[in-house]
Amino acid sequence: MNSRILMMEAGRVLVGTLVCALVLPFIVDVHTATLLTIYAMLALSLGFIWGFGGILCFGQAAFYGLGAYTYALAAINFNGAWAAFALAILVPAVFAGLLGALMFYGRLSDVYLAVVTLVVTLILFKFFNSTAGPTYRIGEARLGGFNGIPGFPTLTVPGDPGTYIYGAGLFYFTIALLALVYLGLRLTLLSPFGRIIVSLRENEERTELLGYDVRFYKSAAFALSGGLAGLAGCLFANWAEIVTPGLFSLGQSAEIIIWVIVGGLGTLIGPMIGAALLGYLKFVLGHQSAVDNSFIMGVLLIVVVLFLQEGLVPTVARFMKAGLRRPSSKKSRRQRRRKRAVSNAG
Amino acid sequence: MPGEVVLETNGLTVRFGGVTAVDRVDFALRERELRCLIGPNGAGKSTFFKCLTGMLQPSDGQVYLRGEPVSGLGPHRLARLGVGIKTQVPSVMNGLSVHENVWLAARRRSGDANAGTLQALEAVGIADLRRELVGQLSHGQRQLVELAIVLAAKPWLILLDEPAAGLSGEEVERMVGILRGLVEHATLIVVEHDMHFIRQIAETVTVFHQGRVIAQAPVEDVLEDPLVRDVYLGRSL
Ligand SMILES: Nc1ncnc2c1ncn2[C@@H]1O[C@H](COP(=O)(O)OP(=O)(O)OP(=O)(O)O)[C@@H](O)[C@H]1O
Ligand SMILES: [Mg+2]
Repeated sequence: MNSRILMMEAGRVLVGTLVCALVLPFIVDVHTATLLTIYAMLALSLGFIWGFGGILCFGQAAFYGLGAYTYALAAINFNGAWAAFALAILVPAVFAGLLGALMFYGRLSDVYLAVVTLVVTLILFKFFNSTAGPTYRIGEARLGGFNGIPGFPTLTVPGDPGTYIYGAGLFYFTIALLALVYLGLRLTLLSPFGRIIVSLRENEERTELLGYDVRFYKSAAFALSGGLAGLAGCLFANWAEIVTPGLFSLGQSAEIIIWVIVGGLGTLIGPMIGAALLGYLKFVLGHQSAVDNSFIMGVLLIVVVLFLQEGLVPTVARFMKAGLRRPSSKKSRRQRRRKRAVSNAG
Repeated sequence: MPGEVVLETNGLTVRFGGVTAVDRVDFALRERELRCLIGPNGAGKSTFFKCLTGMLQPSDGQVYLRGEPVSGLGPHRLARLGVGIKTQVPSVMNGLSVHENVWLAARRRSGDANAGTLQALEAVGIADLRRELVGQLSHGQRQLVELAIVLAAKPWLILLDEPAAGLSGEEVERMVGILRGLVEHATLIVVEHDMHFIRQIAETVTVFHQGRVIAQAPVEDVLEDPLVRDVYLGRSL
């Protein structure tokens, strides 16, 4: 990979991030904007493993919740919140890696994979719900059952342990991290590892026949995705200043999948936009009681699945490209598809 | 000229429930040999190939590559040992470009992956297609892409399952030329139904029928064999 691509990509990400960072707080308050950014990170973690690795995980909420809980527990027990921050990425990543290895080395089919990840999420939900009472504690921290864990120390400015990162600071920190993660994933997809991941989405048998141990690559990609979901969970913990078992709920898991579908599977931008838009919609709908919230979400999903099968971002991108060209002959349509494949939509 | 035995199977057997697809096959192949495998539909040719690439584990018997038993190894291990296969149904990455497809194979070899990719594409004669999306190509072109993928990995044992199927007359000629070039530095087994094609490339032919090897001889002798004619009843040889 040459450094020119890297610089161009980094430049685009920087501009995009600055625009979002400046504009978002005018559309919604900073507090909500932070949450939308966290949702975008969570959607990105699933969008990567599902859209590029072809692995549909029904339990992304498990890694998200695990990240949040790990942060809360570690922050109470350790002195430095940054050690907790690192652990909140590491623990879900290792957990996802092990769970993935179990499934991929066991040659589980896609359907069973979905079921297993779903069940794991359910188990965690049940478990953290049932941890009320003083017997359930890790070090200094009580797990707190359905009430969750409140009052843990949040992140502080490095080198200045007295100054907490919150409000606008947390928003800028979060959106900067999102930009870094996005850039990292783009580069990952350009790297041999990323190409192998896409290759096994396209044809697992052939990838294996080329000498790649697909079980290893899938487990590694799963771990990466789990770690990113964990990072989103950690940021959520810092945003909400409380973690509850609701993070592990089936509703949460389903919501992430809907964000990705609506935004556009097979792109990195799509899931982030899907998450931010639907998160915003939910926020707006939350201020009224005329229509049921999940009803609207359901209708939206059906509309997208029926009419915008590729999702928002790929559809819009296609319309924009079509608008720039004259009505297409068969040949130019083929060229466009080719271009899309080469640039590997992002 | 063919050298020592590099591939051997002993009593190789694959059963699918009640069906015995490969039945106690003893097979031996010498270095730089080009062997053709023929047999009617369902004879077990593709299943035999799958045992040699680790895509299937035999129910019984053993496969030896250069004297080493390899049963139990997965496809990626056998690929690393230098076995390459072009499967019956083209197995390619449809959503990727021709270049990306071949690059993934070429980078497993030491050296410049892009150079290796181009070399394989040129060997097969599809360098001009390298930017095309594989899914958009014709069946014949996809066959050639898959062949380029196989070649880019530089295997010493090459298995080709019906490489001429779906090719145009011109493409078949090209395929014949490619195969003749390959024997210079690789050992090949080619499954084909097209007798005209086989006559152009093969020295020795092995005939499969109901999972068993029923004949093995130079190509003209095999076509004279009454048993083989009987198996192929209704087909013109
Ligand atoms: N995965 C499978 N499960 C069950 N039966 C199978 C399987 N694969 C192959 N068979 C059976 O094994 C036998 C051999 O099949 P195989 O595909 O090896 O034949 P072939 O010689 O390659 O035929 P063709 O010339 O049609 O490609 C057939 O009876 C087939 O139905
Ligand atoms: Mg076959």
